[in-house]
Amino acid sequence: MRIALLSPAIAIALVSCSGKKGEGTIVLTGSSTVAPLVADAAVRFEKHFPGRKVEVQTGGSSRGIADALNGRTTFGMISRELKPDEAALTAHRIALDGVGVIVHRDNAVTNFTREDLINIYTGKISNWKMLRGKDAPITVANKAEGRATLEVFLEYTGLDSADIVASVVVGENQQAIKTVVADPNAIAYVSIGAAASEAAAGTAVKLANCDGIAPTAENVAAGKFPIMRPLQLVTHGEIPAPAREFLEFLTAPANRDLIEAHLYVPITE
Amino acid sequence: MSRSRSDILLRSGLGTLAGLSGSVVLLILFFLVAGAMPALRDGVLPRLFLDEFWQPGSQRDPQYALLPMLAGSILVTVLAILIAAPLGIAGAIFHRFYLPPRFAAWNEHALELLAGVPSVVFGFWGLTVLVPLINRLHPPGQSLLAAGIVLGLMILPTVALTSQAALRAVPGSQLFAAAGLGLGRVATVFHIALPAARPGIVAGVILAVARAVGETMAVVMVCGNIAKYPQSVFDSVRPVTATIALEMGYATSSHKALLFTAALFLVLLSGALVGWLAFRKGKNEAAVN
Repeated sequence: MRIALLSPAIAIALVSCSGKKGEGTIVLTGSSTVAPLVADAAVRFEKHFPGRKVEVQTGGSSRGIADALNGRTTFGMISRELKPDEAALTAHRIALDGVGVIVHRDNAVTNFTREDLINIYTGKISNWKMLRGKDAPITVANKAEGRATLEVFLEYTGLDSADIVASVVVGENQQAIKTVVADPNAIAYVSIGAAASEAAAGTAVKLANCDGIAPTAENVAAGKFPIMRPLQLVTHGEIPAPAREFLEFLTAPANRDLIEAHLYVPITE
Repeated sequence: MSRSRSDILLRSGLGTLAGLSGSVVLLILFFLVAGAMPALRDGVLPRLFLDEFWQPGSQRDPQYALLPMLAGSILVTVLAILIAAPLGIAGAIFHRFYLPPRFAAWNEHALELLAGVPSVVFGFWGLTVLVPLINRLHPPGQSLLAAGIVLGLMILPTVALTSQAALRAVPGSQLFAAAGLGLGRVATVFHIALPAARPGIVAGVILAVARAVGETMAVVMVCGNIAKYPQSVFDSVRPVTATIALEMGYATSSHKALLFTAALFLVLLSGALVGWLAFRKGKNEAAVN
């Protein structure tokens, strides 16, 4: 008897797995730049509101957009502006971030102009010597398609993704940072917040200046740094009450320290 | 409850369970074909073979070339097998004919442990230890070579453990007969034991190939992910699995359908390998009987 009963039991288990999450569960998917901040906020939020659950998954801003549109997530996390064809979504700004160029700590080159970046990423400048660095080929690390960091970078340089000649393609910010740590001749571009946190923790990466402007939180806040972007949560349609609570919690002045701890810039108004 | 009734219940219960596990693969295939259908309908399917580059995100000229990535999958797998097969088979011979029994058990446990290391750990080790080493030889470090070595180590236990089992299964009478004929250990190993164990060893290698073709997590961290034909082992490659892992999360319309098509090709490739294995096994058994 028991065996015969087992298969319906499995069927029920399968159905309940795919079914709706509990009422109090808030799911966020998308940008690997936004995720660490949201994950930290989630820990604090769950402490303040016992019974609420927050799940955070990465996969890039485009995943955040796709999931929010399909209703697979409460919030999509994106680290860029919404595009015109994504107008069905509502964006909620939680912080500002810049995209900074990183090189190995031992690299002598400390500033890149927009022109330099275009030439490096199209393969016209292929040796550090051409930028008054040492005589070594440049390892060009590009972000994978679907990453907001790539889109923000393309917008700044005016390049199309087909123009880029890269040595390696990386996914998350952390992979870009590890690539530069592993290769003294590599160049990559990542979230300033993520790179600055790593550099402060002693990782062998260095944020370079862009057009002579230092990638600091002050310069991002003042709008001086050339490659900027908002960190946003996006929603589709009505926001459920627990989700609204989380959104308000995230932008509350009392939790600004979390945003600053990740070296992002809080929204002031 | 009568005996025949409980028998019927058991039969139907077991049948349902067996049917469930068997139908999973059919469901997956159906799901892949359904996902790939739009590509066939919109006529973008041929682009997988006619386009020159893989640049689905380009605004100006999106292109979808699958062949460089299939080549990537195959090259990484071949390199992994070139590393794992000699190591695994040589290790198994040593284990069977030279290693004292109390060390042999340790050797097996070590291999079992290696088999249990999660792939993300292999990837992490590859990215932080192996890639910087290869980078010193030849930049960028994230390369066909790195992916091949990491994958080779991952499939080594499969090759080694199945080879050990195959060598253990060689009848003792054959080995005694060889000794009786005055054959030395080298001749026994290469002319008696290895030929007898060959089907089992080949089966292990093919299983390892199937695993290598499908491995994703470790590979995506060390292969460099450039979707072009590599010119040397130091160039970046992008296997099909890496592309699916990197892009499936956000792909829409034709891009998504083409990723499904690529996944379908991969499943068919592993299916062909397993089918070939079953065919060989059947032929061997027929020859023995």
